[in-house]
Amino acid sequence: MKYLCLIRDEEAKLAAMPTAESDAFMERYFEFTQSVMASGQYVAGEALQPAQTAMTVRIRDGKLITTDGPFAETHEQVGGFYLIEARDLTEAVRIAARIPSAHTGSIEVRPVVDFSQPGANAEAMKQSAEAHR
Amino acid sequence: MLATLIRLLGDFDLAEEALHDAFGAAVERWGRDGVPANPRAWLISTGRFRAVDALRRRARADARGAAVAAEWEMDRDDDDPEEVEMASIADDALPDDRLRLIFTCCHPALPAEGRVALALREICGLTTEEIARSFLTSPSTMAQRIVRAKAKIRDARIPYRVPGREELPARLETVLQVVYLVFAEGYAATAGPGVARADLAEEAIRLGRLLVELLPEREAIGLLALMLLHDARRAARSEADGRLVLLEAQDRARWDGDKIAEGRRLVERALGAYPGPYALQAAIAAVHVEATDTASTDWPQIVGLYDRLLQVEPTPIVALNRAVAVAMRDGPAAGLALVDALLADATAGAVLQRHHLTHATRADLCRRLGRVAEARAGYERALALAQQASEQRFLRERLAALPA
Repeated sequence: MKYLCLIRDEEAKLAAMPTAESDAFMERYFEFTQSVMASGQYVAGEALQPAQTAMTVRIRDGKLITTDGPFAETHEQVGGFYLIEARDLTEAVRIAARIPSAHTGSIEVRPVVDFSQPGANAEAMKQSAEAHR
Repeated sequence: MLATLIRLLGDFDLAEEALHDAFGAAVERWGRDGVPANPRAWLISTGRFRAVDALRRRARADARGAAVAAEWEMDRDDDDPEEVEMASIADDALPDDRLRLIFTCCHPALPAEGRVALALREICGLTTEEIARSFLTSPSTMAQRIVRAKAKIRDARIPYRVPGREELPARLETVLQVVYLVFAEGYAATAGPGVARADLAEEAIRLGRLLVELLPEREAIGLLALMLLHDARRAARSEADGRLVLLEAQDRARWDGDKIAEGRRLVERALGAYPGPYALQAAIAAVHVEATDTASTDWPQIVGLYDRLLQVEPTPIVALNRAVAVAMRDGPAAGLALVDALLADATAGAVLQRHHLTHATRADLCRRLGRVAEARAGYERALALAQQASEQRFLRERLAALPA
């Protein structure tokens, strides 16, 4: 199963880190990435530019509307992600807990829909419908 | 292998990561140097050393890791590593390691729901998502239970061992429940293409035999009997293409006579003056296999056994099964009245509404009474709730067979 680990951190807090501390933080990220690559659990991962660089795009009544900044203003911003391969959600949570930002911000773990499974599409829609009821 | 590594490392998560690393190393090394003489021992020993390395790496950031790593270094100095390795990872140590693992997962200090979930994941290799489906809950709720149970084992330093003889009876109940749930998952897999997952059912029977050997209590014997009598019908429960076959339509020549004979012998040992739930369920299964077909089945006896089962285990699912037996004894109208009464009950109704079997059962009784519209609605509701491909197909066929 594939899981997306969405990393949220307070950009202001990270920016205010002393150099030595932020170097150590990046070093821990490097070590984490190395270890999930070695164990074969790494699928993909990227760090993102700060949230202020984001643009949000919508089409309403056939018109393109763009706004500066992220979709929602919260005190934590999406800063990057890992796509990992794990046996199940419990294993994915444990891997996510090793991401350095778990200490400073938070990691959202989301199962990826596997469209090769019969009925996966309908199942995902059903769960989404139930969640919004 | 996981069971052995957990014993050696004393930590579930560390053992699981270690095994991952060992398999990763094996892909590389075995491809180059060939498969070692004892692959299992190689993997366990590699996993163990990798785990200690990982702890040392993490020790820089984590004081607890440092303490564990230091403890490990001491352990290593005490013993000749080669000698320890060979004695503690020998193949014949495996059943004991599994049994240790069962009792650790079923420790009374853990919350009841956590025990079963943990055992299914750690002993039987089910995924969190599969366990969540069989408990009708969400994967995230289940993952939390498992993570908390593991943290509890680590923080409370729950020992990794089989309890002493005096503690055993008190600990057995949860262990039996776990084995039963493993079997239930194997017998009627909650999701996926096939009706049954033979590997899980066989694993549960093996665990059941191990428990009877260790502690020949009536309920342990009853559970083993129950599993054997159900499993004896496995070959007849589905056709070659995975299509589900109901009891009434099963080819009884395809039942496993050896398992039935063994199960019936065990039922006699399990039934005493005050039979427990497993012995009673085994007795019900024994009555089913004694008959040559559905018509000649002793339904009054089955209803009587369900009455006693309901006394010792008053759950909505037992009550639903009893209603089915009553329908066979007294006709579909009597069964339907009982099902509707259950659905009207606030507590039982809430549980049963979410269960596809409730709606399939009700639909079936309506169909036999000629109440076609209600039958159709029931099968449709069941179809929406059923997770398993062969059950879904069965329900679709039932729907298609209804008169327009």
